[in-house]
Amino acid sequence: MKIIGLIVAVLTGGLLVYAAGDFPAWSDPASPASTYLSPHFIEKTIEETSVPNIVTAVLADYRGFDTMFETTVIFSAGVAVFLLLRTSGPKTQQTRLYRHQLTGVTVRIKEGAELPPSDNFERIDRFWTPHDLIIKTVCRLLIPFIQLFGLYVIAHGHHSPGGGFQGGVILGASIILLAISHDLRTAIKRVAEKLDAVLCAIGVLIYAGTGALCLLLGLNFLDYKALAPVLHVDSIMARSHGILIVEIGVGVAVMFTMIWIYSNLSSGGKYNQGL
Amino acid sequence: MADIVSTVVDNYNYWIYITLMMIGLYAIIAKNNLVKKIVGMNIFQTAIILFYVSIGVKRGATIPILEHAHGSHGYGVVHAAEYVNPLPHVLMLTAIVVGVATLGVALALAIKVYNEYNTLEEDEILAQIREE
Repeated sequence: MKIIGLIVAVLTGGLLVYAAGDFPAWSDPASPASTYLSPHFIEKTIEETSVPNIVTAVLADYRGFDTMFETTVIFSAGVAVFLLLRTSGPKTQQTRLYRHQLTGVTVRIKEGAELPPSDNFERIDRFWTPHDLIIKTVCRLLIPFIQLFGLYVIAHGHHSPGGGFQGGVILGASIILLAISHDLRTAIKRVAEKLDAVLCAIGVLIYAGTGALCLLLGLNFLDYKALAPVLHVDSIMARSHGILIVEIGVGVAVMFTMIWIYSNLSSGGKYNQGL
Repeated sequence: MADIVSTVVDNYNYWIYITLMMIGLYAIIAKNNLVKKIVGMNIFQTAIILFYVSIGVKRGATIPILEHAHGSHGYGVVHAAEYVNPLPHVLMLTAIVVGVATLGVALALAIKVYNEYNTLEEDEILAQIREE
């Protein structure tokens, strides 16, 4: 198998090297990729959409269909991971372990028994390992700023590098950081599983709904010019605002899909303490 | 001779992408462990991303965000040569996030395989399937 693999890789690589001879030179301004459509995007974007970040405008406006279905792919991946892994365990757990956070005593609760009323108990699993205080504290301090930055990246995607995908990934990573630095239960307390599922569907719905709204208002699907009367702006600014709306939808979908995939993967679908 | 050398050196982006892509392809075909195959798949994907982004580069151009364009409608003429090609960036932007999502699905499948066969080595899994 190794030899077959090596032969295939070397042969394909040789063909690609041969083909690379016909490719345009590195950083050639007159290369075919940079001559047909992209000059139009670069020169007309500010006129047509008043968005300085050309990547954002092309992503959400000119190539809106592509991005909508990419978002759908991400959503489907989240659903696929959920369907593959999630095991619905029995509602009444036989024996649960709790750790008293102040004294470090572990309490075993048998089926049907109640925990002594106290806020200091933390649900743990049999393979519990102590978390580092420095990591916990630093992450707790950093996460709000990471989330603030994620919101900035989504909202400021028109004028600076950013947009829904990037901001959504940053926001999702902040919750995943919480799950890694503490444990998965802490993260699930903040973002429940149902919330993940509902919000990543809502993100896709915001995108598709914006498109459908344009359709209802008499223009093509995802033609944001149709939103001008609703938003009380001219048709150019309507495209800019339409881009912002779908970017928010993308951001919500990406953020919660990332959290959903992570919490399913890290716990093998059991939603225990995770990694 | 100097011509060939300069062509080879000038187009180093293609050689890097081909090398990375073939490393990924080899890993997908030859590696026995499923997680290593997934890593190979990701290296392959990264090679394609590198290829696309390197195609968009233009000499002397800046990032595709128009300068001094905040809140102005009467923006002057924009020259396409001043900004790099935004299209590869758009395509790869979505490809990166979709790549992460598909990586999640691949890992979920690997977890299911591990739960079923208690191993991630391909030959051991095949041996177990033949026994059944």
